[in-house]
Amino acid sequence: MPIPMDEKDNCGKLPSFEELRELAARKNIQAGADIDLNMPEGWLNQYSLSPMFFTTRAYFIFTIAAGMVVAWAIALWGYQIVKGMGVTGLRHPIFWGIYIASFVFWVGLSHSGTIVSSLLRLTRAHWRRPILRGAEAMTVFALMVAALFPLIHMGRVWRAYYMFPLFSQRELWPNFKSPLVWDMMAISVYLVSSVTFLYVGLLPDIALARDMCPQFDWRKKYLTVLALGWRGSHRQWMAHERASTLLAVFILLIAPSVHTIVSWDFAMSITPGWHTTIFGPYFVVGAIYSGVAGVIALMILFRWIFKLDEIIRLVHIRNLAKLELAMAIIWSYFYFVEFITTWYGHKPAEWRIWEYQWERFPHLMVIMLGGTAVAIAALSFNRVRNSPLWLFIITMLINVGMYIERYLILVPVLTHRDNPYMWTDYLPSIVEKSIVAGSFAFFFLLYAVFSKLLPVVTVADIREGKFISGDLRIGNTYVRVHADAEEQS
Amino acid sequence: MRVESFNYSHDNSHKWGMVIDLDRCNGCGACVMACQAENNVPVVGEDVARQKRTMAWLRVERYFEGEWPNLRVVFLPMPCQHCANAPCESVCPVFATYHNPEGLNAQVYNRCIGVRFCGNNCPYGVRKFNWFDYKLEQPLEQQLNPDVTVRQRGIMEKCTFCMQRIRRGKDHAKDEGRSVMDGEVTPACAQTCPTNAIVFGDLNDPKSRVAALAASKRRFRLFEDLGTEPSVIYLKGGA
Ligand code: SF4
Repeated sequence: MPIPMDEKDNCGKLPSFEELRELAARKNIQAGADIDLNMPEGWLNQYSLSPMFFTTRAYFIFTIAAGMVVAWAIALWGYQIVKGMGVTGLRHPIFWGIYIASFVFWVGLSHSGTIVSSLLRLTRAHWRRPILRGAEAMTVFALMVAALFPLIHMGRVWRAYYMFPLFSQRELWPNFKSPLVWDMMAISVYLVSSVTFLYVGLLPDIALARDMCPQFDWRKKYLTVLALGWRGSHRQWMAHERASTLLAVFILLIAPSVHTIVSWDFAMSITPGWHTTIFGPYFVVGAIYSGVAGVIALMILFRWIFKLDEIIRLVHIRNLAKLELAMAIIWSYFYFVEFITTWYGHKPAEWRIWEYQWERFPHLMVIMLGGTAVAIAALSFNRVRNSPLWLFIITMLINVGMYIERYLILVPVLTHRDNPYMWTDYLPSIVEKSIVAGSFAFFFLLYAVFSKLLPVVTVADIREGKFISGDLRIGNTYVRVHADAEEQS
Repeated sequence: MRVESFNYSHDNSHKWGMVIDLDRCNGCGACVMACQAENNVPVVGEDVARQKRTMAWLRVERYFEGEWPNLRVVFLPMPCQHCANAPCESVCPVFATYHNPEGLNAQVYNRCIGVRFCGNNCPYGVRKFNWFDYKLEQPLEQQLNPDVTVRQRGIMEKCTFCMQRIRRGKDHAKDEGRSVMDGEVTPACAQTCPTNAIVFGDLNDPKSRVAALAASKRRFRLFEDLGTEPSVIYLKGGA
């Protein structure tokens, strides 16, 4: 089975997916180790780009199912626009329901991608390389889904542009005092910078895909355009390195501020239960907590759907799981602090909300708090951190819990406002539930389309890591060492 | 280029306010009906009302004191309080709700996009949202008040202190070259109240009835600790 070593010779004859897998097997990669350094470059390129060129059955089933759910949700959104917001379960005075809960959830999920990616880039954690792209893409897509929810939630979505600071003959601007306007700006800044970050990282890989793409493949055209004439010259690499580092710093600064502003949608109001100073940091921590869980779950799905287990190795998932353990503990601490101050102060309007949570949603409370307790206990064990199946279950549990958290921040507060005469109940309608389900499907659909159009594995970064590292023999074992580019110069 | 607004030379120092005497209110609900008719508030029907989506701008809250059979009922009519520090205003992203110079909390229906933050931030829960388009059957639409907009689905609305009547009163006064007299402007609820529990007027005018009542020892305002400074003053009942 001839495997060409140089991608340049390879135009038009990609080896089959089975051949690639077989080669990987022959190379005898040990589970738990980082990428095998002895793998030929050509194999690495082809294997990493394989999701673009080979389609597994799981992928097909997944995409079609997701597409159907999205179509259903779009139809229902149309129905809601034509008919009015009355088709939701909202009523007086519960004006915000699971649309806003989902908005907060998706913004939270979007958080970890770029934070993890830029943090690991800045701290030069070398194990980061294979997970970068997946995490960054997650940020962009989760944010795109999140940005839909304020629109879905709006009573007159066809007037959404009133929110934008457009010049108008009446000299009427948006109200810059409103947290919703801050929110819109924060989200747009975050979206633009994450897309830029993703694209800068993608550049060398797009160029690689362009060069490896068979001559008459339909991808060749747009890959050529998107690669912006990347030739891999020294100057280009220098500029690329500088841009990635700068963007990483920038994103690390704005990401926490974005979620703080999202929390201010609640904390800046005078509603008891929302009007608290802890919401800013609490939301940021919650966002990273659910976001890292999202990255882990997504990586595990990735390995399975694209059969990328030679690239995304256990070591990556395991390291992320350690980060997740830390976030779980911090999040629990914040929850405890918020609870204890409310309990001690015992202001009637605020305490009633906590009481009501336990009376009305005991099952949700148990899933949320129990899920975190289970996660902390389980993630403390190396056995669990090494098992993709267990990690998948636990991270899913965490994210279900975090969705519930957002629900519980919204609903009990609104159903039990200051005025007891207005106390009532809220249950999401079938329209709301379907649209939220559709948002999850839409996220996976975006990801699936992305993986067919652009490289989902950070080939250039992996190869860089391979270039600057080697196995050092110490006694009986081999230890992976990295040459630091800065220290050498 | 700016368009000069009408110059009401005699009137720019009003602060409209309302006094509701809980001792006089007997909970008949006539004010609710009057408001509904005056302001083109849609009648939603039984099913929607059961979903707690009635559109009434003014409601009469009932509170029960004591245990059956020694029961006492307290009625509390609740319109928009027209807070001087209105929490609903600062959160609106598009200036659909704003403060006018006469202390009224105004709502611009055409500007509203329906994000409903104002509804969340109003502690009194008086803001109403149009969940559907409510159509009136053929001859019934003749009864709509031509001075008041009919609202579309997807926007917020609430009590305006009968803005159209205030306008009319001021126009009238301007034509006659004087300022508005006490009792010249009466919102629909105050006009209809059979026991005279609701009094409306200019709080800045020390000789007005409403200013005199507002100085009563029985006065209180709702959720005063929140600092919203409501323009609606209640007089304690049951003394
Ligand atoms: S009562 Fe509610 S709607 Fe009226 S001004 Fe105050 S906060 Fe705004």
